[in-house]
Order: sequence, then structure tokens, then C-alpha cells
Amino acid sequence: MRREALFNIALSALLLGVPLWAWIADEPYIITLATRVAIFALAGVGLNLALGLGGLVSLGHAAFFGIGGYAMGILASHAQSYSPIMEVPFLIQGTKSMPLIWLVAMLSSAFAAFMIGLLSLRTTGVYFIMVTLAFGQMFYYFAISWPAYGGEDGLSIYVRNGFPGLNTLDPIQFFAICYVLLGLVLFFSARLARSSFGLALSGARQNAERVQTVGIDTFRLRLVAFTLSGAITGLAGALFADLNRFVSPTMFTWQTSGEIMIFVILGGVSRLYGPVAGAALFILLEYVLGGLSEFWHIYLGVLLLLVVLFARGGLIGVLAGREVAHD
Amino acid sequence: MSFILFIEQVLNGIQFGVMLFLMAAGLTLIFGVMGLINLAHGSLYMVGAFAAAAVAKLTGSFLLALVASLGAAAAAGALVELLVIRRLYDRDHLDQVLATFALILIFSEGTRWIFGSFPLFLDVPELLSGPVTLPGGIQYPLYRLTLIMIGLAVAAGLFLLISRTRIGIRIRAGENDREMIAALGVDISKLYTVIFALGAALAGFSGALVGAIQSVQVGMGEPVLILAFVVIVIGGIGSIKGALIAAILVGLTDTLGRFLLPVFFNTFMASSDATTVGSALASMLIYILMAGVLLFKPSGLFGEKQG
Repeated sequence: MRREALFNIALSALLLGVPLWAWIADEPYIITLATRVAIFALAGVGLNLALGLGGLVSLGHAAFFGIGGYAMGILASHAQSYSPIMEVPFLIQGTKSMPLIWLVAMLSSAFAAFMIGLLSLRTTGVYFIMVTLAFGQMFYYFAISWPAYGGEDGLSIYVRNGFPGLNTLDPIQFFAICYVLLGLVLFFSARLARSSFGLALSGARQNAERVQTVGIDTFRLRLVAFTLSGAITGLAGALFADLNRFVSPTMFTWQTSGEIMIFVILGGVSRLYGPVAGAALFILLEYVLGGLSEFWHIYLGVLLLLVVLFARGGLIGVLAGREVAHD
Repeated sequence: MSFILFIEQVLNGIQFGVMLFLMAAGLTLIFGVMGLINLAHGSLYMVGAFAAAAVAKLTGSFLLALVASLGAAAAAGALVELLVIRRLYDRDHLDQVLATFALILIFSEGTRWIFGSFPLFLDVPELLSGPVTLPGGIQYPLYRLTLIMIGLAVAAGLFLLISRTRIGIRIRAGENDREMIAALGVDISKLYTVIFALGAALAGFSGALVGAIQSVQVGMGEPVLILAFVVIVIGGIGSIKGALIAAILVGLTDTLGRFLLPVFFNTFMASSDATTVGSALASMLIYILMAGVLLFKPSGLFGEKQG
């Protein structure tokens, strides 16, 4: 365990150090890249809760990422145009306040995850993969065909939303927000994994029948995990939308689901810092390979294939050894 | 809304459905026999369409283009099976998802590299272009009618292949007990390659056929792949019959939903609102259908037990 802990500390320090250096060296683009790493890592941490801990291979997490993004887009666009979201039966105004937006993003994506989970957790294995993928696609088509919030073109927000006491338009301050949120969520998910809930969930992944025999309802366990997982990915979606000041149906595409899963796998499944390492590696590859060739996804595909076939522990598995039991 | 228009939409729905069936049949066979979920099936659809478009441009013959689509997709399928897929049979589904996702990235970007980002066009052959008059005075494009015929013929052929031929017996045996038929002396790895290539050929074939009424472009396969997944979830994994019925059900639901829902909402809403609400709801209709099936029959209409 010690090598993995050292790796985690080093990674946290690196993710903080690089943008700080970029801030001093006045390289805002690097800060933006680091912010993307933090946000993608957050989305991955969300998925890892379902995938790593619960063994739920969801290929539909783009739905929650997108819902988080649209929660931000809808609230901020109404605040931007001073038009209320609804007036009857009671008045709801838009908002430009980040904490409020995060809350709405998490609640709405948690609700969507609850509903999708309620249906798709009735199935297992390969059915579950196909059903989550299909529901994700449903949100994509809905976002495209619903014209009220931009339809296919998406929604632009002119000014980044505000956080009390900070200037969020300053890249380093916005990075700090994302970094702190990532840290909080990592702390939460580490505590969760060691809680009785997390242990039971992990047990249900390894042998559902045994967990049921001792009287734990695995369906409810998984539903809660899936809902929490959706909420965290939704938060990441809201931050991602705020980073770009733009939301579009692309956030809902199946490629997004696949990429969130890549973050988790490149880093190492069911490792706490797996998604952080994976997202960092992904952005690094995008930066380096994307500079070399327009077709860098080919290299990404080959790398991913090699990781799946030959290095199943991901980056952390390679660097820190295989200490997590793989079932 | 005229009756003739309605019949036309029904035919469109059936045509959409039989093409989905060609995709879903390969997927469900591959899953049924090898226990593998193949996300790259959409890429094989794309390979077929591109091969057809390239050959049609070179030779001008649609028939040769179709042969090329079958050949190219089957070859790509066999190659991928030999190089990658066979290492995945005894891995868990997560590894299969990731490896085949990686294959999508390689196929899509590779195709973009070779053919560029602009869509190619595959023309409907002259012999089959133009409308045909059906009984009752309905004018319907001959090409789409041909697609229905081809789809149904392929479905019949598949049923015969599986129920009457030696390879069909092996496929069914493989679905029941993989280890046992290997122990009985059947070369199981060759059988797997053949089945994978067969599924790939079906996907490539439908890619070429549909490519003539839509454009041939990178990324064309994945939306169809996801629809084929919906078909399989509704029909039940491993059941060819289920796949056929579910495919036509999905095709009809989607096409008629897009046609009828705006009309339905128009009866009590303003016209522009009705179009908005109707088309937004229509885009979700097949997923709602899938949700309904999941509620009552989680393993699909014709599926047996889940694995």
C-alpha cells in the first residue's frame, strides 16, 4: 500500500505544482489543461464509484456529465437574460452562483442516475452495458431535438459564474476551485470505500449471492452507489461547462462516456487515484500526440488496447504494483 | 394525414427495421456463441460502407460494390478476431468494452486518415432507382422495397443456416456449451473466427445498403450500433428470432413516432409547439420502449436466462 500512497501524494503535488509554476511563468494555457485534468478526474472518480467499487460497467455516464453541464447552462442563461425559468406555480430565477449551480447539477444528475439505475440495475452483465449506453444516447438525442436551450448548437454563457470571494475568471483561481472540489470528493470516496456501505458494495461486486445471504439488498446498494456516482459526474459536468462557458449536446455523446471510462482504466480501476492518473495521462497524450498528428486518436486506441491486453492495472498498477485484489 | 402516407411510413419503418436486424443478428450471434460484447461492430458497418463507396467509384458497379462490402467487412472482422478479439473471450466484459472501444478509435481515425473527413456518396443503382407502384396506388421507392426484400431474405437465410446446416448445428452447440463442443473435436477457434467474420459481413453489407440512401462517413456506425443494442435488449440476447421481431418493432416505433407524434400533439397544441414536443418525444420513443420492456421482461421478449 505504501508505494501507492506515495504515488498518490506525488500525483496530488504534481497536479498542484504544474499550474502554480504556469501561473508564475504566465502560461494560462497550461493552467487550463490542469483544470481539465482536475475536472475529468472528478468525472472519473464518480464513475469509479460505480465501476471500481460496485463493478457496474456503465457506458452511459455522459448522461450525468451532460445533465450537470446543462444545469449550469440553463441556470446561467436565464440569469444572463434576466428571464425566470418558470413563473407558475412559483417563481424560479436563474442564477450565476456556483455553489447553487453545483447543488442543482448534483441533484438533477442524481435524480437521473436514480431513474436510470432503477431500470438498468434490473439487468446485469452485458445487458447493463447496453442499457446504460442506450439511455445515454437518449439524452443526446433529446438535447439535440429540444430547441429551447440551443438544440444542436448548444448554449454560450458570456461570463463565468461567480464564487463568493473569488475572481473565477482568473484561471488559477478557477483551477483552485476545481482542485479543492476534487480533493473533497476523493476524501469522500476514500471514506465511502472503507465504510460499511462501501465494504458491502465491494462484497456485492465479488459475490452478490453471499452478500444477499447475510440479508443485504444488493439492488438497493447498487442503486445508491449508482446515484452517488451520477451526482459526482454531474458536478464535474457543471465545472466543465463553466470552464468552457459553453454547453452542447457533445457532452452527452457516447464518446464522452467512453472517455470517462478511459480515465478510470488508464489510471487503474478501483484505485482511489486511478481517475486522476488516467485523466492526467489522457490530457498529456492529447497535448503531446495531438501536437504531432491530427489523428492522435489512433495512438490513443493502440495504447488503450495495449493497456487492456497487457497492463491491466493501468498506470498505477504498473508503477505501484498490484496490491489491490482483482476478482 | 392520408392513408397512403401512413403506409409509406410503415414501409419505411420496416425497411429501417430489417437493416437494424442485419446489425443486431451479428451482434447477438457473437454474444450468444462467444460471450463477447463487441462495440466495434459499428466500425465494421462503416468499413463495409466505405469499401462499397470506393469500389462503386472505381468500377461503377453497385453489385461489385456490395461484394466488396461483404468481403472487406468479413476480412476486417476475421483480422480483428485473430489479432485482438480472441484474447478477450475469457476476459470480463469491462475489458471487452475497452478493447473494442479502442478498436473503434483505431478504425474511425484510420478511415478518416485514408478517406478524409468529407462524406462519400454511394448512388442507388439505376436499375433500382425511381418509384414503383404498389397495389392500392402507393408510390414507393424501388430501392427501399429492395432493401426490405434483401433483409427478409437474409433473415430467412440465417434461419436456414442455423437450423439446417452443419455450421448452424455447431453454432447452436457453441451457444449451449462451449467447452463441450471443443472436447468433441470441433476446432472451436476456427468456428469463432468464422462466426465473427459472418457477423462482420452482415454489418458491412447493411452499411453498404444503407450507405446508398444516407451518406457514407466516419462515425456512421455507432448510432446504428447503439440502436442494435436497443434491439438486442428488447429481443433478448442470443435469439435471432427475437432480434428480427425487435428490430422491426424498433424500426416501426421510431419511424411512426417521428411521423405521428407531432400530428398527435397538434390536435391540442399550437402547431409549432406540437412539432417541438412531438419530435423531442419521438427521438426518445424507442428508449422508452426499451425501458418498458426492461420493467416487465428484464431479459428481453425472447431472451432466456441472463448471464
